[in-house]
Amino acid sequence: MKAKPVIIAQGLTKRFGTFTATDHISFHVDKGEIFGFLGANGAGKTTAMRMLCGLSRPTEGTATVAGFDVCREAEQVKRHIGYMSQKFALYDDLTVYENLRLFGGIYGMGGKAIREKAVFLLQELGLATERDTRVQALPLGWKQKLAFSLSIFHEPKIVFLDEPTGGVDPVTRRQFWELIYRAADRGITVFVTTHYMDEAEYCDRVSIMVDGQIEALDTPSALKRRFGADTMYDVFLRLARTARRT
Amino acid sequence: MAPLVAAHGLRKSFGKTEALRGVGFEVAEGEIYGLIGPDGAGKSTLFRILATLLKADGGTATIDGLDVLAHYRPLRRRIGYMPGRFSLYQDLTVEENLAFFASIFGTTLRENYHLVADIYRQLEPFRHRRAGQLSGGMKQKLALSCTLIHAPRLLLLDEPTTGVDPVSRKEFWDTLRRLRDEQGITVIVSTPYMDEATQCDRIALIQEGAFLRVDTPQGIVDAYADTLWAVRSDRMHRLQDDLHRYPAVRTAFPFGETFHVTLHPGASARALCRHLEDCGHNNVEVRPICAGIEDCFMSLMKKSHES
Repeated sequence: MKAKPVIIAQGLTKRFGTFTATDHISFHVDKGEIFGFLGANGAGKTTAMRMLCGLSRPTEGTATVAGFDVCREAEQVKRHIGYMSQKFALYDDLTVYENLRLFGGIYGMGGKAIREKAVFLLQELGLATERDTRVQALPLGWKQKLAFSLSIFHEPKIVFLDEPTGGVDPVTRRQFWELIYRAADRGITVFVTTHYMDEAEYCDRVSIMVDGQIEALDTPSALKRRFGADTMYDVFLRLARTARRT
Repeated sequence: MAPLVAAHGLRKSFGKTEALRGVGFEVAEGEIYGLIGPDGAGKSTLFRILATLLKADGGTATIDGLDVLAHYRPLRRRIGYMPGRFSLYQDLTVEENLAFFASIFGTTLRENYHLVADIYRQLEPFRHRRAGQLSGGMKQKLALSCTLIHAPRLLLLDEPTTGVDPVSRKEFWDTLRRLRDEQGITVIVSTPYMDEATQCDRIALIQEGAFLRVDTPQGIVDAYADTLWAVRSDRMHRLQDDLHRYPAVRTAFPFGETFHVTLHPGASARALCRHLEDCGHNNVEVRPICAGIEDCFMSLMKKSHES
């Protein structure tokens, strides 16, 4: 029997006054899948993501995330997901270890579990010697990798990544994707937004939002076939050009 | 003809961090000059020195013959600086922001409307909307209008396209080219998106406070010395490990739907292909390709770390 999808959205809608930011989107994401959530600025991605994280109440429609309803069980949703964005990830004034303790604590992990997991994680990232270094002194690439590891520190079912690789150098960007693959191999579902179209190719499936609606959803190779395009960049340009919203 | 911008040996440190380690370059009038590099490479520090907002620890810079330290006042009229963070007044409307920046430089929107008409026309339907309520692409257009309103000769644009979707990014570059062609404006612009390098007349690849190389985008690509192979198979997730484990492989990086691979001298693509088939890959494809800017950047990054 096929496992139940980890994210199920049905007719998910959010209106602000007369403006429909997210307009009846329906889709599902399977366990361990890397799901790329693409769209132009203002297409409604952030609003949709906030609803899925239990941070914003849908005006209409439903969604379950990790088996919990985003309206009625928002607190449970928050416990079972991880979140990382380029804009906010870590506390600069705290040391590496203090950040681990803080986030572990917030997600309800016990002291012993945090200590054990921290040793393992710092080893894996090659950051063992930087345990007591303040985060602000770390190179950006290390910060981003640490932030990602922190977002899955409590072993969530799903991790939401909002433009996680913006601004990092090309080598670090690729190392970051290796971490994503490793998490997905462990069964963590990855829901990721990006403006790098080569990264869209690394996803199992990709959805593209235009004017609040999902205009296309498929594997990268199927999308390229359908639009007769060589790259995901071309697919994106084709679809985003049809947008009426600015 | 003297260059519009000339910098020599610029150095700047913040505590123990060396943000710029002796950077020198020249920009000709009417050129679109790109600073291509990741966050933390020193791009913003360089912009702030050129914009007369930060004093270098060493070195000199002149713009239009004016020294950035000695002549900072007259110089500020000739440059338009757009910082990386959105720095317009969120509580003012589109029109109020533009009027404000015009008045600082003793001009008015009406007087210099022709300079911004091309960009501002798209914003006019929203001219009574507060800047904070605009979408990302619109904010960027407004910021560019505010930077242009006093008729600067040089634009200093610090990552104007970061976080902006591919369609808006393309429009933005079209706008920059029109400014260059129609108004003769010189542009220094930075970006972390390597694919945007080809939009510039010349680019400097910058990493850890130093220029790795300066050339035309084509010149940079032509100087790539290795043979580069694009490799794919039906099992892309496993390909990475199998490539790294093969001793003849020097570098292997994912690039969209293929891996870009360089081999050690003497190794053959045919042997690599056989190795992958032995590992259980089907539909293995190994073909030579031309390097892109991102390949060049990663190769130069590696060399600078090794030296």
